[in-house]
Amino acid sequence: MEEIYAKFVSQKISKTRWRPLPPGSLQTAETFATGSWDNEENYVSLWSIGDFGNLDSDGGFEGDHQLLCSIKHHGDVMDLQFLDQERIVAASSTGCVTIFLHHPNNQTLSVSQQWTAAHYHTGPGSPSCSNAPCTGVVCNNPEIVTVGEDGRINLFRADHKEAVRTIDNADSSTLHAVTFLRTPEILTVNSIGQLKIWDFRQQGNEPTQILSLTGDRVPLHCVDRHPNQQHVVATGGQDGMLSIWDVRQGTMPVSLLKAHEAEMWEVHFHPSNPDHLFTCSEDGSLWHWDASTDGPEKSSLFHQASLPSSPTIVISRAQGSPGRQIAREPGKRNSFRQYIVEHSKGDRAKWKRTGSNTLMTMQKSEESRMMKKN
Amino acid sequence: MSRLFSSDDQNTGASASATVPPWIPGVNSQKKQMCFDWGPGEMLVCETSFNRKEKSEMVAGCPFIHIIRKDIDVYSKILRKLFNESHGIFVGLQRIEEELTGKSRKAQLVRVSKNYRSVIRACMEEMHQFAVADKDSARGRQFSSQVSILSAMELIWNLCEILFIEVAPAGPLLLYLLDWVRLHVCEVDNLSADVLGSENPSKHESFWNLVTTLVLQGRLDEARQMLSKEADTNPTSAGMCRVLGDLMRTMPVLSPGNTQTLTELELRWQHWHEECERHLQDGTFASNPHLESLCKVLLGDDAALLEQKELLSNWYHFLVTRLLYSQPTVKPMDLHLYAQSSLDLFLGGESSPEPLDNILMAAFEFDIHQVIKECSLALSNWWFVAHLTDLLDHCKLLQSHNLYFGSNMREFLLLEYASGLFAHHSLWQLGVDYCDHCPELGRVSLELHIERIPLTTEQKALKVLRVCEQRQMTEQVRSICKILAMKAVRNNRLGSALSWSIRAKDAAFATLVSDRFLRDYCERGCFSDLDLIDNLGPAMMLSDRLTFLGKYREFHRLYGEKRFVDAASLLLSLMTSQIAPRSFWMTLLTDALPLLEQKQVIFSAEQTYELLRCLEDLTSGRPLCGEPDVQQLQDDDIETTKVEILRLALARNLARSIIKEGSLEGS
Repeated sequence: MEEIYAKFVSQKISKTRWRPLPPGSLQTAETFATGSWDNEENYVSLWSIGDFGNLDSDGGFEGDHQLLCSIKHHGDVMDLQFLDQERIVAASSTGCVTIFLHHPNNQTLSVSQQWTAAHYHTGPGSPSCSNAPCTGVVCNNPEIVTVGEDGRINLFRADHKEAVRTIDNADSSTLHAVTFLRTPEILTVNSIGQLKIWDFRQQGNEPTQILSLTGDRVPLHCVDRHPNQQHVVATGGQDGMLSIWDVRQGTMPVSLLKAHEAEMWEVHFHPSNPDHLFTCSEDGSLWHWDASTDGPEKSSLFHQASLPSSPTIVISRAQGSPGRQIAREPGKRNSFRQYIVEHSKGDRAKWKRTGSNTLMTMQKSEESRMMKKN
Repeated sequence: MSRLFSSDDQNTGASASATVPPWIPGVNSQKKQMCFDWGPGEMLVCETSFNRKEKSEMVAGCPFIHIIRKDIDVYSKILRKLFNESHGIFVGLQRIEEELTGKSRKAQLVRVSKNYRSVIRACMEEMHQFAVADKDSARGRQFSSQVSILSAMELIWNLCEILFIEVAPAGPLLLYLLDWVRLHVCEVDNLSADVLGSENPSKHESFWNLVTTLVLQGRLDEARQMLSKEADTNPTSAGMCRVLGDLMRTMPVLSPGNTQTLTELELRWQHWHEECERHLQDGTFASNPHLESLCKVLLGDDAALLEQKELLSNWYHFLVTRLLYSQPTVKPMDLHLYAQSSLDLFLGGESSPEPLDNILMAAFEFDIHQVIKECSLALSNWWFVAHLTDLLDHCKLLQSHNLYFGSNMREFLLLEYASGLFAHHSLWQLGVDYCDHCPELGRVSLELHIERIPLTTEQKALKVLRVCEQRQMTEQVRSICKILAMKAVRNNRLGSALSWSIRAKDAAFATLVSDRFLRDYCERGCFSDLDLIDNLGPAMMLSDRLTFLGKYREFHRLYGEKRFVDAASLLLSLMTSQIAPRSFWMTLLTDALPLLEQKQVIFSAEQTYELLRCLEDLTSGRPLCGEPDVQQLQDDDIETTKVEILRLALARNLARSIIKEGSLEGS
């Protein structure tokens, strides 16, 4: 990842997601979806970076990204997930949840299913503001779980017109993100720093477990589950801290890492190589956490907690135009590497392919950035 | 390079920067009186219902309120890329500020200037593609008018770069100007490809036009190659072509690596000039009018140059060609003399100079302020003047100039541009950085703008909050949190409202929300949003009422856990420490009832006395009502019963506690 290719796209991108590959496929992903926010008209778009055949010196593909198709989206795209290879679920700031269907034959997107007012306020406020933004969505085909600023959790099935299950007043504050634990359990994070585990088999609107950093109340913005160990989740908070939790033991995180200088907007485990973790933040940086050990320990993200203090991470910032610097923490058991990517504030999409086999998606507030990792 | 400002009139008309009153479609200011209000980036205009005296009949009014935008270019999708990309260059430029001095600093500034220009060019090319694709529609025409504006912006910027940033001395100055003209009068390249692509280039109808243009642009090597083609096909003129070619080859030019002095160059050039003159007088080229006129061009003859008016296409090309063949070592200070005479000669009194001509002329006169003023008047956006002024300010060229408004010109223009960005739906984040780099009024301006950004989602609000917190704008942080808290209250999201007021450290609002919680509790008999209230932590101290809410909830938890003694003393302390509001005491005393009725004694005798005093305080303090209605009578009835039950329970508990404390195990 020596270079980053950038292109301005005249819109503010809020989310980017790689399209999943068919199981067993050895190809690299070439298509990704983006959702925009804070524009007068917002769009969900599909882009391609393949089909150019220009091999660069490292044997990877290089090329301009190409807009395949886009469709107008009412409200900001708050979250975006692929349900399967053809269908994308978008969460809107208008409280609406939409499934878009991609037709590869004529390269168009269409609305295949829509739940308007999936999230709403019931207050005495004026009707115009009764819709509540839907802040997060997670898919496990055919199930879709959404959370919103109204503190409500909805469970949808792609083929059902009505919500299968709704938990009203699930949270007194805003729910920011949601992830599946073991089915039928989900985990939500909220704006007062709590993680709540919900079991859809149980009735009522009480969570089965609440985890939080006591006395801290720092809002959590994102969550992702370890792809193999279903009891391990990573969360990112308003102060830029990365926390790793083991939901089986205690109510405290097993590991707490000082990372970004501002809100951490997204955290993702590498789907097939979970020792690698990616985080991105309002401060404009994207970090790559490499927990693969130099020593004999496995899952060294956990060992971080046992270190006397969190490691000093040397970060130097590129001056001027967007650049990238690698900083290495010297002499510790675990060598944490961070790839720092400077962003300019513009609405620019950046990506880099390294001609390898798996992929990772990161996004930033203003702009999107797509990266592939070995 | 096309003439742009003639087609630009309606654009400047709509922008508030124009000196002519702007024309607003649908508004007739002749018939009706108008009223308006300034906004930070926009203006509201509507008709008033005020009638003039002489007009008695009512004219049907226009029911619309018009929003006048100051900077319309901000809304262009393609130009948005220009704004975003140049923002990065701008921020980079602010950083190089102090580090460098002298030569390396100048090199940096020139590089920055070139970066800006390349962004303009990239934008122009994209716009051009759209214009070509959409040729016949109104939108296509709009695109091509934008292309010509961008092209003019780049032309002006390039000239300013040569004169003000590069500060080229006599000699190299002309080389820069030649590059400038070649870059902007580029039809010749298409023509050249066309002619060379034909079967017999020298018989092509535009062959001589091409050769002349090449000579006019000082591209003499290419012109010589063309002449050799003519010599090949036309043996009669071969000799003449060779002589003219030799003249072109031997013309002395300043080459960057050469160490020769200007005086040497002038001497050699004078010698060459005389040789050209001799050939002309000897009639060497008399039999071929094309070659003869080329020779006259080489001599820098005004009349011969003006004959090529079509090929020169504009006066600044004429100026540069004229200088090339008559004053190759022109000094920067003398430029404006030649520029003025060239403009006069070229226009020949037939037409008057257009805004672009005035801007370029001001640049040749080294009058930076005039350049900026004319550009502000002529262009439909603030982007150009703001960035150019900022760059020139970094070259320390604008220090002396003070405005009678704002702080200085750089800041004034940057803030104008920034306010356009803030008015835009999505570009407000760019505006923040521009305000940051205006030391005097930037902060105030940012404070005014940031509070007016519509907060549609909490996520957007968090981004705005982060901007404010990074700059220690506590007042704005408070106000944004308050807005969000109010919104949450209106949506019945008390938990959210409380979180926001805690974040804003807004005690008054926290009290208000706590009261709502307590009221809901009284109505429903249970607490909502326990996840929040149970985890208040130190935030509980924000307001007395919030502390009470937290402690009262703690009482319920202790009670639920059957820790009755702790619960009882907490309950009592809530009243005796005056944390609990008076209006809530009756509820608290009622809560004490089940504790008083427990099998074991929970309240000690002393605690019971305290409780009694609280009850008496409450009942004696109650005002006597004049004429109670039925409802109130009923309420009073319930109240009286409550008090009686309480008194009974307290008395019994007192008795039990005295016995207990008096007995052996109590002592």
